[in-house]
Amino acid sequence: MRNMSEKPLTERIRPNEAPASLKDYERAGGYASVRKCLSSMQPADVTQLVKDGTLRGRGGAGFPTGIKWSIVPQGADAPRPKYLVVNADEMEPGTFKDRVLLEGDPHQLIEGIILASFAIQADIAYIFLRGEYIVAQERIEKAIHEAYEAGFLGKDIIGSGYCLELHLHMSIGRYICGEETALLNALEGKRATPRAKPPFPQASGLWGKPTIVNNVETLSTLPHIVNRGVEWFKGLSRTPNGGTKLFGVSGKVKRPGLWELPLGTTVGEIMDLAGGMRDGLSLRGIIPGGASTDFLGPEHLDLQMDFDTVGKAGSRMGTGTMIVLDDKTCPVGMVHNLTQFFAHESCGWCTPCRDGLPWLQNVLWAIETGRGREDDMKMLHRHTKLLGPGMTFCALAPGAMAPLGSALTRFKDDFDQHIRAKRCPWR
Amino acid sequence: MPTIYIDGKPHAIDGGQNLLEACIELGLNVPYFCWHPALGSVGACRQCAVKQYKDESDSQGRIVMSCMTPATDGIRITVDDGDSKDFRASVIEWMMTNHPHDCPVCDEGGECHLQDMTLMTGHNYRNFRFDKKTYNNQNLGPLINHEMNRCIQCYRCVRYYKDYAGGGDLDAFAAHHHVYFGRSQDGTLESEFSGNLVEVCPTGVFTDKTLKRHFTRRWDYTTAPSVCVHCALGCNITPGERYGKLRRIRNRYNRAVNGYFLCDRGRYGYEFVNSGKRPKAPLRLQRDGTGEAFHVPVTRDEAMNEIGALLKNGAKTIGIGSPRASLEANFALRVLVGAENFYLGLSKIEYSLLSTILEIVIGGPARQPGLGALKDHDAVFVLGEDLTNVAPLAALSVRQTILNQPRAESRKMGIPDWNDLAVRRVIDVNKGPLFIAAPFGGKLDDAATQTFFGTPSQLAELGFAVAHAIDPACPAADGISADTAAFAKRVADALRAAEKPLVISGPSCGSESVVRAAANVAWALCRTEKPASLYYTAHECNTTGLGLMSGGHIEGAAEAIRNGDADTLIILENDLYRRADAALVDEMLSTAKDVVVVDHLYHPTAQKASFVLPAASFAEGDGTIVNNIGRAQRMMQVYKPEGEITESWRWLRRVRTATGVGQSTDLLYFDSFIHALVDEIPAFSRILEAAPSAAFRVGGQKIPRQTHRFSGRTAMKANVAVSETAIASDPDSAFSFSMEGFQMLTPAAVMSSFWVPGWNSAQAITRFQEEVNGPLEGGDPGIRLIEPMSGSTTPYFSATSNQPSKAGQLVAIPRYHIFGSEELSSISPAIAELTPALYVMMHPDDAQDSRLQDGDIVEVQIGGAVITAPLRINNDMARACVVVPIGFTNTQHVPLPAPATVRRGGAQ
Amino acid sequence: MLSDILKSEIESHIHEPEHRESACTEALRIVQRDRGWIDDESLKDIAEFLGMTTHELDGVATFFNLIHRRPVGRHVIRVCSSVSCWVLGYDALREALLAKLDVLLGQTTADGRFTVLPNQCLGTCDRAPAMMIGADLYQDIDPTRLDEILDRYA
Repeated sequence: MRNMSEKPLTERIRPNEAPASLKDYERAGGYASVRKCLSSMQPADVTQLVKDGTLRGRGGAGFPTGIKWSIVPQGADAPRPKYLVVNADEMEPGTFKDRVLLEGDPHQLIEGIILASFAIQADIAYIFLRGEYIVAQERIEKAIHEAYEAGFLGKDIIGSGYCLELHLHMSIGRYICGEETALLNALEGKRATPRAKPPFPQASGLWGKPTIVNNVETLSTLPHIVNRGVEWFKGLSRTPNGGTKLFGVSGKVKRPGLWELPLGTTVGEIMDLAGGMRDGLSLRGIIPGGASTDFLGPEHLDLQMDFDTVGKAGSRMGTGTMIVLDDKTCPVGMVHNLTQFFAHESCGWCTPCRDGLPWLQNVLWAIETGRGREDDMKMLHRHTKLLGPGMTFCALAPGAMAPLGSALTRFKDDFDQHIRAKRCPWR
Repeated sequence: MPTIYIDGKPHAIDGGQNLLEACIELGLNVPYFCWHPALGSVGACRQCAVKQYKDESDSQGRIVMSCMTPATDGIRITVDDGDSKDFRASVIEWMMTNHPHDCPVCDEGGECHLQDMTLMTGHNYRNFRFDKKTYNNQNLGPLINHEMNRCIQCYRCVRYYKDYAGGGDLDAFAAHHHVYFGRSQDGTLESEFSGNLVEVCPTGVFTDKTLKRHFTRRWDYTTAPSVCVHCALGCNITPGERYGKLRRIRNRYNRAVNGYFLCDRGRYGYEFVNSGKRPKAPLRLQRDGTGEAFHVPVTRDEAMNEIGALLKNGAKTIGIGSPRASLEANFALRVLVGAENFYLGLSKIEYSLLSTILEIVIGGPARQPGLGALKDHDAVFVLGEDLTNVAPLAALSVRQTILNQPRAESRKMGIPDWNDLAVRRVIDVNKGPLFIAAPFGGKLDDAATQTFFGTPSQLAELGFAVAHAIDPACPAADGISADTAAFAKRVADALRAAEKPLVISGPSCGSESVVRAAANVAWALCRTEKPASLYYTAHECNTTGLGLMSGGHIEGAAEAIRNGDADTLIILENDLYRRADAALVDEMLSTAKDVVVVDHLYHPTAQKASFVLPAASFAEGDGTIVNNIGRAQRMMQVYKPEGEITESWRWLRRVRTATGVGQSTDLLYFDSFIHALVDEIPAFSRILEAAPSAAFRVGGQKIPRQTHRFSGRTAMKANVAVSETAIASDPDSAFSFSMEGFQMLTPAAVMSSFWVPGWNSAQAITRFQEEVNGPLEGGDPGIRLIEPMSGSTTPYFSATSNQPSKAGQLVAIPRYHIFGSEELSSISPAIAELTPALYVMMHPDDAQDSRLQDGDIVEVQIGGAVITAPLRINNDMARACVVVPIGFTNTQHVPLPAPATVRRGGAQ
Repeated sequence: MLSDILKSEIESHIHEPEHRESACTEALRIVQRDRGWIDDESLKDIAEFLGMTTHELDGVATFFNLIHRRPVGRHVIRVCSSVSCWVLGYDALREALLAKLDVLLGQTTADGRFTVLPNQCLGTCDRAPAMMIGADLYQDIDPTRLDEILDRYA
């Protein structure tokens, strides 16, 4: 059975209004999953539930959440303290979904945090929040305070014996903090360069202790899985991976926005909700999951947006927020803008990213402004091969190569035209 | 032994390494930057890329970083495949996009790791056509030059400076391609080990600033293996000379001693050799009409004749040797004056401390580890020493020990030791036990588990308490305070629980009780089934060597002069005013009929001498010196000195001939001196193994002091004479003063220049090690002379209790400064610049009792001497004492420790 | 010198007593909120309070986007320069803003009122173009109606 209209993540969110107080949240069923979990479940049960529900991380990588948790050392000999860290540092261009959850339903997030922390037996949890999300900061601070007051955080949570401290930490601005190990370094008060893996954060995370980093949307899903069960959760989706997903559209469509939809909703269905292209414009390309995903095109309207299907089509679902390229916007300019972002946000640790991305930015600027040369294309192609996974220290540069590499193929003529004509036809 | 497959061929390797280390040991040319043998791997630069294959059928493979990939059994990689080579060349290309390409004017050129790696990868065509980013440089002080445009952001500098050396004022700034390495603001780098940046940095960002004043290309140096003379640790160095001037000091790897690093005093103290104030000809004292004394240069023959004459004519001659002169020089003096007339050139206090230490290490059960082995210990107790200033490299080594016990945690998690950041992350703030008990705080304290401040008497009491806590059979002092007892127990527990405990002490407090207490601690461990290492510092480069000879002390010499048993003094490389009371020295020098000084400095003692014979410095002559723990090492002559300067032992030999004793052909060459020394004093018999004899050849060839790219040989002296001068001969060693000779691998003791094709930088050392971080092929240079007594039954020393000072009286305690306390290096301009102005230091409570404030000019009265200096208040020091820097130029020497009083100075 | 209020707010972010320095990013944010930017004295104060060297703290401060180590105007305008805003008119918005305020990107107006900086994706891409002034978020900006927004800031 398909629960197509169910929107567990967003149904309580009222745009332009403050989120519910804890009392109202509880009255509407909030924190019931915490009561259920802490009174009648073992930590391993929660992990199994999440595994069975086939929940996959919603931060962009899509790793199965239950499996991620199961690697955390458990038992009396496990190193302590253990940490749960919430990656709320949303900064992937084109991505605006976590903001909605953070501003709109902070208690849902806190409820999910408690569940995840209980599953891995974390002692301390941190929310690592985007520094620019001022409204979210205020609302989360208030919600945390309410949760402590109500006994859902701190010592002996609602008499269960489980203890959890939750702290809010504001990021001071770096995209690379979205990379979990770089985030941990930032939390530790250091320059946020990523760490080599192995060891993985489950073994050596914050301060060298077992740590799990989860995305806001992933955690917000947990209360609903606990409350309604695996079958219900899987029933929300059209694909083997359960649940709904926040999907968004930005760019020159009639109604850019964000919608909670079943996993596996097609590109076309989402574009319809966005009202399709603005009058007089037609679709040329879609970056489906935030800036670090490959271009799809008008031929992909029937593509299901889920973790695996988009992968087979040569891209990634990523964050699920699509950026639309219309036929009157310069693809070279768009790729130039994206590359400029990645070059600026490189942490500077490894050579290919640090020195390769500015080079690409320069070349794209040259092409866009009519100073391109024939062998520039070769240079661009070369970099898309050389800045690959394993060649760089982390996934930032390979992510940057996704839109660039796919654009070089899909919009080859545009690039060639810029170089031949020595000008941008859109200016 | 795991087997790995490289380019299809199997290789057996030792376990535990990463692929890069395995390739290096196999002699393969895999380029790298950020990996360093002492710093481990971080995987940042991406230069060491190779391809890894799942199995034999996998033809595609994927690129991995060899420095971050464990070399596991069965792993299959290719180094020479097209993709890896292309990627590695691209890494260079990326680094080159912003590089200034200023090799012709860059000091690093010719020994630049970036140059080497660029050639190795084959990148040679610039495709980048856009603007380069540029940086502002900083003034980092007199030792290090900063040129950030050359940076390839390998992060080695901050990893070395912060993580390894514990420095706090060098960091990485900004992000993306604006990453900058420097200080928050211009300023002199604070770490005493900053100089190693010039070798750790693979490009010309950090270079030797002193070298800039007399720059020479690496291939143009004349070099020879030598040993640092600025402290007793005996770090191996490679001095470089050109045009008759000593230009720079480079590290010379010796795993048993210094490894890869030097301290700044050793690296930058060399310029005393070039000092314009050095005597270059023999000097004779004359008086003018008014009775004013002055020195005039005389010829060698004049000097020898006159000195010979005055020594022959019934002179009762005694000789005062020196702990900073070589064994051969001291021995030559002893031969000249006779063993019974030979004085060691140490003060009474120095002499008794040294004798005590030698008795302990020769007669006791505890072994002194080599400097290179210090970092392998896992619990350390330092009693009475400020290592950073007295034995700097020992401080650097001890700093590494605090990682050893916590490293068990990362090992348990399967993290290899070379995965440096991951190991440090797991270790976090945990430290292995390091306890430092000293009169005042030092720069190693931040690494310590706990510190204890006390006067020498309190420190000795503490030491005895620690020993007693380890072995109740060990005597304890009575009535120790609760604090002392608690600290002692903590230390004892930590030492007992450790696998390799280490006790460090030395003569710097001037207290024999401290030295004995340290021995008790080590012996208590040895006697309770825990072999402990015992490490004593010493102050000068040949203190221990001198101690193995017998002879009197300076006060004894003064006594002999005073009562007429002696009337003629020959002083070897020793400024007596630095060691003994000024009045005593004045009396000695004026009472003696004649004084002959053999030295390379024109110091206050030399200024009063009847004759000064210009001695060669360490770089201008051969010599054997023995480091603090008894390792004998040979310093080889780097270049022939100018004028009449020649080795001390040669001067003394000539004087002996001039007195008519022996033949003019006796002991003509260095080897004959060593043989005579060894015959005479059996304790030195092994020094023959410290270096090959002068007869050593490889295939009939000598070992060249110059590289095969040495330039200008025929033009160098053209301003003097246009025809080519004869090449200087060297009968004293197996080295030649030319490019000709056997250039390849020779015994380590005669290697000064480590080079293989393609490896022109300091990184070449990996080609000469048996394994990464291992000893040099064929063994490290030098030979230990002292081993502990097996089956030793030396009884424990009796304990001493603290002797508190009388009310109102303080004890004056000496403080050594790495920059300023050592005679030779203090003359170098850069070191002089870093030497602090004279001060005295007190605890705030003591200052308050005397109604003194920070900055007041005070007078410290010690016996008949008065020291006037500004007062510094310091919380990190013992009570009831005043700390006085020792050995600063132009300050009066006062034997310390001694009772003192402090009052506000007259003129403010 | 850090006021007691600032110190206690920073202290509230120290959750690991052995790692006081972990609060340094929060400290920078809090002191900057109070003083507008982090000058050398603030850097020194924070470093001392947390037991770090000024060099290490400066290395952290300069790594991140939101900390200013140079003086800024009374109000910092952060214009989102990322892809969705670019598609929806970042260039025009930027040009209009810079022309109106007569500065270049990164500069402060002569009267010390505004500093204009580009910012990376503000996370409100469906309401592009967007910018922030101080803590205030502006969405769906019409570059021809900037006065309405700017006039709110003295």
